[in-house]
Amino acid sequence: MPKFWRGALYAALLVAALYYLLPLYVMVVTSLKTMDQIRAGNLLSLPTSISFEAWGKAWSSACTGVDCGGLQPFFWNSVRMVIPAVLISTTLGALNGYVLSKWRFRGSELTFALILFGVFIPFQVVLLPMAQTLGWFGIANSIAGLVTVHVIYGLASTTLFFRNYYVSIPDELIKAARLDGAGFWRIFLRIIIPMSTPIIMVVLIWQFTQIWNDFLFGVVFSAGDSKPITVGLNNLANTSTSVKEYNVDMSAALIAALPTILVYVFAGKYFVRGLTAGAVKG
Amino acid sequence: MSNPTQSAHYGFAERWLPRLVLAPSFLLTILFVYGFIAWNGYLSFTSSRLLPNFEWAGLVQYQALFESERWWVAVKNLFIFGGLFIGGAMAVGIFLAILLDQKIRGEGALRTIYLYPMALSFIVTGTAWKWMLNPGLGLEKLMHDWGFANFTFDWLVNPDTSIYTVVIAAMWQSSGFVMALFLAGLRGIDDSIIKAAQIDGASLPRIYWKIILPALRPVFFSTLMILCHIAIKSFDLVMALTGGGPGFASDVPATFMYAMAFTRGQTGLGAASATMMLMTVAAIVVPYLYSELRGNRNA
Repeated sequence: MPKFWRGALYAALLVAALYYLLPLYVMVVTSLKTMDQIRAGNLLSLPTSISFEAWGKAWSSACTGVDCGGLQPFFWNSVRMVIPAVLISTTLGALNGYVLSKWRFRGSELTFALILFGVFIPFQVVLLPMAQTLGWFGIANSIAGLVTVHVIYGLASTTLFFRNYYVSIPDELIKAARLDGAGFWRIFLRIIIPMSTPIIMVVLIWQFTQIWNDFLFGVVFSAGDSKPITVGLNNLANTSTSVKEYNVDMSAALIAALPTILVYVFAGKYFVRGLTAGAVKG
Repeated sequence: MSNPTQSAHYGFAERWLPRLVLAPSFLLTILFVYGFIAWNGYLSFTSSRLLPNFEWAGLVQYQALFESERWWVAVKNLFIFGGLFIGGAMAVGIFLAILLDQKIRGEGALRTIYLYPMALSFIVTGTAWKWMLNPGLGLEKLMHDWGFANFTFDWLVNPDTSIYTVVIAAMWQSSGFVMALFLAGLRGIDDSIIKAAQIDGASLPRIYWKIILPALRPVFFSTLMILCHIAIKSFDLVMALTGGGPGFASDVPATFMYAMAFTRGQTGLGAASATMMLMTVAAIVVPYLYSELRGNRNA
């Protein structure tokens, strides 16, 4: 390739990189300015002096609707929601995938197809019945309710991930273990699980990102002190106050984004693998 | 299929254990997916308002839905948003994938940068773009500072254009994802085909256009499916960026459903709109799933 085109190629790639990075840059610099600096400067200007005031306010004293305790309680709600939901849905997914790939029975393929369709439904269609059902069980507007919802509707994708991974483990391995007298659980715990580290990472990260970032279930099935971080952030950014504090909004957005960004930075490989796993096999 | 389970000499427990392990998920799916779809479907045929009731009322809700101006605005917005978002994200994503496929130094770093928005919540994306696009201190002020004194950008608060701001933010978030899918596809193509074409004297753009992109048809279709799906479900981004406003100018079916079912006490109407969304998704997904599962069986 001629030198000129090579140069143009790199220029185009760098422009694209800037396009993706700019919003993050704007968020970070805005969050470090005071409102006076925001009014005096513009989107791209660096803060004249760095101030963490907006971060502090977003964390512990910004108003979301009527209460003014910052994002802190919502952040911890999300943590308390995401940990059990991820662990339970991943465990169930691994078991389902194991059965659906290595212990097929009459009707197991149909079961798989039925579960698989759950990946695709628009969740709007379950919101009204679910709201009523959670009420009957007495877990409406609670963290337990949110965990339940995320486990149920996460099953389809966790099952799909594990099943597709386990299909590629040779059946001979299972047969040999059976000849040695190993049973269903022993094979699962001693053979399958030790081979599953990559897929477990993929599913854990996938579920964590999905559930942490969820807004629909959060806004419909939570109230008062059980709201997750995404709902808290949305309320904070859309609370109409006399002066719009963009620096506080941006700090709040960064606080909400931090956990998933950290996961992406440290385990991006698995995140990308999860994103592409479903789509590229075709 | 020679499956260990089907051999008769394994014990009772071994034969029933797999079914037992799968049973909870099976039941949850039947109840909470299919049962709820039926339940929601039934609600859409009742006259439920603030509280759900179960009296059959026929098609009144669908009639009301199809006469509702707001619903048609939402449907029209979905087409505008879906068309531009899918087309735009595809174009940008494929273009970047092809550029990145030219043995680039620092490819890993660039890929990481292109894809990170996918790790963010749509609420975060919406909040960030809302600040950048706001007519007071955002982009407009930046352009003024740069000397374009007459530059105005009020798309966010203009009812005719607010839906386009959703397109801008959604493309920013998802085009890197399209890039990742296509790059994985490009890496799967046999190099020897390209070398052979080069020896025949074909130019690089021609090789991509005539040989490589046609070979990526399956990736194209799965990506299209995923993007359609993101478009139809899109809710968070609209809520965070425009809240469906000004008025209901940037409503989409998902925000319409939420507003009717949970803030305006029109349960039946909300259920009817949810059913319409399900039908739309099913019309796209069922043929796709059918061909995928059939394909697997033949393989």
